[in-house]
Amino acid sequence: MGKFKKNSKRESGAISTASLPDIVFMLLFFFMVATVLRTEEEMVKVVRPEASEIYKIEKKHLIRYINIGPPQDKRYGTEPVIQLNDQFADVALIRDWVENERLTLAEAEQTKMWVSMKVDQDTKMGVVTDVKQELRKASALKVLYSANSRERTN
Amino acid sequence: MADIAFLLLIFWLVTTTIDSDEGVKRQLPPPVPPDMEQQEVKDGDVYNVRTNFRDELLVEKEVMSIGELKDGAKDFLIATGTGLLHPERPNVTLSDENLKYPERQWVRKAELLTLEQSYLAAGQNKRAEKVREKLTAIELFGGDYRELPGSALISLQTDRNTSYDLYLQVQNELEAAVNELRDELALAKFNESYASLEERYSRTKQESLLDKIKAIRLVYPQRISEAEPRDASQGYY
Repeated sequence: MGKFKKNSKRESGAISTASLPDIVFMLLFFFMVATVLRTEEEMVKVVRPEASEIYKIEKKHLIRYINIGPPQDKRYGTEPVIQLNDQFADVALIRDWVENERLTLAEAEQTKMWVSMKVDQDTKMGVVTDVKQELRKASALKVLYSANSRERTN
Repeated sequence: MADIAFLLLIFWLVTTTIDSDEGVKRQLPPPVPPDMEQQEVKDGDVYNVRTNFRDELLVEKEVMSIGELKDGAKDFLIATGTGLLHPERPNVTLSDENLKYPERQWVRKAELLTLEQSYLAAGQNKRAEKVREKLTAIELFGGDYRELPGSALISLQTDRNTSYDLYLQVQNELEAAVNELRDELALAKFNESYASLEERYSRTKQESLLDKIKAIRLVYPQRISEAEPRDASQGYY
């Protein structure tokens, strides 16, 4: 009958791990809140250049993205292409795209739309200039050249 | 329980990327109506920056490295700017280099007041508003100041085969030049950097801050004009 007898010599028990899940969940929720899910897939490879005069847009819902760079998928070649939403696009489509994207915003905010250009640093300016000209024609004049921040040089 | 939570956590860590939306801000010029007349610009009033297909930089007809561009642009923006800027920049000696740049013109309170009256009499309220902004600036600076002539601007021309990286670096350095000068002036006059003025204004929307920001912008305007790009490759074959 001594089977269940308490070991009287036992020292104080191990630290309780009962609260561990709570801690982990707290971390989980923190990451869920702090990160933004990427809504669109990047189909082009973009290595962003670095710049010191960085501006951060606070109202993210006003931003629309244009990606320019060599395609991720080598079958599409290595020349830089333009990606609008989830598709490769031609320069000529940009004006329509701007119009459509503008309509997705509330009427009062349509003039406040930002176009963020995520352009690979090795891209030649020819493509970029063409895109900019189209944006001007579409009156999407607020442009952000996406870049990583660095220190100002002296 | 903990295992599942960890799995979820790791899944999130792997699948999400912290998407940062930061970069160099630019306002593109509106489309040009076809019947617009070309404005005459004095050659000396333009600071020419060109980049070619080999990613080389030509500034005012001289080859320059990207590291020197900021100081070059600052020289141009200070121009022959004694007057307001003199006490803030005691170490600046105006070289011959500076003398070829456009001369800053006096903005005097007495002249502005009569100008405002004439605009109001003619019913040109927008122009009168501009004049009033300058008057506010004079008040904030505690005296008349000198402004860049309206024709002074930085002109940037790229080749179609310039790399985007160089283009952005040029834009960045030009902006850095203006920002540093603005910071310098704001610190001297308002004991606060321009960046912090802007940051505070975006949070509080105080009118008094906006006046200060506008005053500094009047002295150091950001005038970058982008010319139509060239295409050197077309000329070689």
